[in-house]
Amino acid sequence: MTRVNAVDVAASPEAVAARLAASRYLADDSLATAIFLAIRLGKPLLLEGAPGVGKTEAAKAIAELLGRELVRLQCYEGIDAAHALYEWNYQRQLLAIRHAGEHEIDIYDDRFLIARPLLQVLRAPDQRVLLVDEIDRSDHEFEALLLEFLSDFQISIPERGTIRAATQPIVILTSNRTRELAEALRRRCVYHWIGYPDAEREGEIIMLRAGDVAGATARAVAKAVQEIRARPLAKPPGIAEAVEWANAATILEKGGSPWPEAFRRAIGVLIKDEEDMAAIAPELDQIVEEALG
Amino acid sequence: MPRAAAPFLGFARLLRRHAFAIAPEQVAGFMRAVTLLGPRSMNEIREAALATLAPSPDRRGEFEAHFRAYFYGDAKPSIEGEEDDETRIKDDRGTRQQESLTVRQEKGGELSSALEQLSSRDFQRDADGLGQFRRKLASALPARRSFRTMRTRSRGTLDLRRSLSEIVSADGDIPSPLLRRRQAVPRKLLLLIDVSGSMKPHTADYLKLAHATVQGADRAEVFTFGTRLTRITSALRIRGRDQALARAAALVDDWDGGTRMGPTLLAFLSVPRFSAFARGAAVVILSDALERGDHADLETAIRRLSARAFRLSLATPLAGDPRFRPETAALRAILPLLDDLVDGSSVRSLTDFILSLARPAPAAETIWKRVS
Repeated sequence: MTRVNAVDVAASPEAVAARLAASRYLADDSLATAIFLAIRLGKPLLLEGAPGVGKTEAAKAIAELLGRELVRLQCYEGIDAAHALYEWNYQRQLLAIRHAGEHEIDIYDDRFLIARPLLQVLRAPDQRVLLVDEIDRSDHEFEALLLEFLSDFQISIPERGTIRAATQPIVILTSNRTRELAEALRRRCVYHWIGYPDAEREGEIIMLRAGDVAGATARAVAKAVQEIRARPLAKPPGIAEAVEWANAATILEKGGSPWPEAFRRAIGVLIKDEEDMAAIAPELDQIVEEALG
Repeated sequence: MPRAAAPFLGFARLLRRHAFAIAPEQVAGFMRAVTLLGPRSMNEIREAALATLAPSPDRRGEFEAHFRAYFYGDAKPSIEGEEDDETRIKDDRGTRQQESLTVRQEKGGELSSALEQLSSRDFQRDADGLGQFRRKLASALPARRSFRTMRTRSRGTLDLRRSLSEIVSADGDIPSPLLRRRQAVPRKLLLLIDVSGSMKPHTADYLKLAHATVQGADRAEVFTFGTRLTRITSALRIRGRDQALARAAALVDDWDGGTRMGPTLLAFLSVPRFSAFARGAAVVILSDALERGDHADLETAIRRLSARAFRLSLATPLAGDPRFRPETAALRAILPLLDDLVDGSSVRSLTDFILSLARPAPAAETIWKRVS
């Protein structure tokens, strides 16, 4: 991984888009602009969108583009400071107290400190990319805690004092929008809503991501997936599923199944809900045939 | 302030006038972004505005309209009454638009005046027992164990963090162990109220109940549905009942229309923010479930809801009649998926039922089989 200067990479939105494409991530103009602005303004980037549109992938691509290490914090209900910032290793502290006997020991020494993702990012000698994934799953209290971190990029550990970031990390937050985020958080971030790509772009993404898929297949998959997403499904397929479908169908076709049949047999990697499958099954042949035609 | 900056400040002011929450730091960010981008085209200014002023996806259309009106001088489109982008999705494939519009014009006024009468009537204090219901509700809801822990004197795991600081402050002496236990938090409560024509005699009562619920429970959400879906929780958060009900009445625009229960519930489930609320919640549908036509959508929606919910109940006013049996095709189809099918004909029976949600009960199907 070669590190590059963030400002050099983000010379313009077009430069960002070109670099992302080199990291096999196709970004449209507005996403490239949002990434460019986040890097140049030094603000966190908040990406919202339906599951499977490539929010986490975008964060990975940004880390790759900058040649920095990605530190990921996965949020969940009940996540708190001990999971996100730091925690003391109490068992080791107790053992150390026992062993020390009459000697003085510093139980707030580095070796007892367990650095969680946010502290890891601050203590890293070089700039890191921090991904706070699915922030909408955490509670409001955690969001407030994060606000404090995002405004100053510092953490106060009562026993140790304040730890400040040597270089400000690049922060990307993602949300599936299962709940409304606090206005204060949105205000601090550069914001971008990622929607599903159109058929043409999705075809390009499939070509880029899938291993050994022909151009015509990729276009047909993209077209069929668009058609399927337009139906009221419990779990509309994401981009990753579309890529897998193209891959699986290609493998089956090489194994001897003719085209429409190969798509139909590989449908399990695209639709992962029994009811959705039942709803789509009667129309599937027609959708595939139209897409192939 | 350079003259070139004035239009951007003006745009932010315009947005604020239309109730967009735009902070000064966002305006500064917007101007810096425009400077950074060049800008080479109007589109870049638009991108910069979207990224830095961060309008919520629900109001994106409105935002774009203001942008066009301000920077391109387009005729200002009518924005009033723009609905939530997400609820529109699979709600109304355009066919019922006209119908619901006429319904609104005909009947909306009637209901509002009924509500007005309600609000102006001199209530005997707490005659309907809703005050008591509100006070009891928070402690009566079913609970789940949270990931958060609380201190406890017995039955818990050792709290090393606090124990250690005790040991250090006691200079190495080991005091009695300090314990923590996972907290119990009340589950969310979701009310889905049918406001179609057939439910008209009960709608006002249900809204009063919904107000008491939102006031009493920690986390409650209320939606109304008829031909479309409306979230009225925010209106019901207002403390004063009359004012809250008037606000809620203004939000709903499909009073007394037909019911398309299946499609509207599917629309509810297709919005992640809404369907996430149903997860692990006690869901109570207040409806007679008189679905016209095909009930396949209703069955799908109820199955999905029941898979998400902790407990799914249907309260129907028809069950107030002792001769009632769940015999319509729609009810027969969804009965196996319901946890409860109860009487929703009066406020009293409903409050009693909601307060008993934490107590286990046999599944609806078992009970109704026994009766019929």
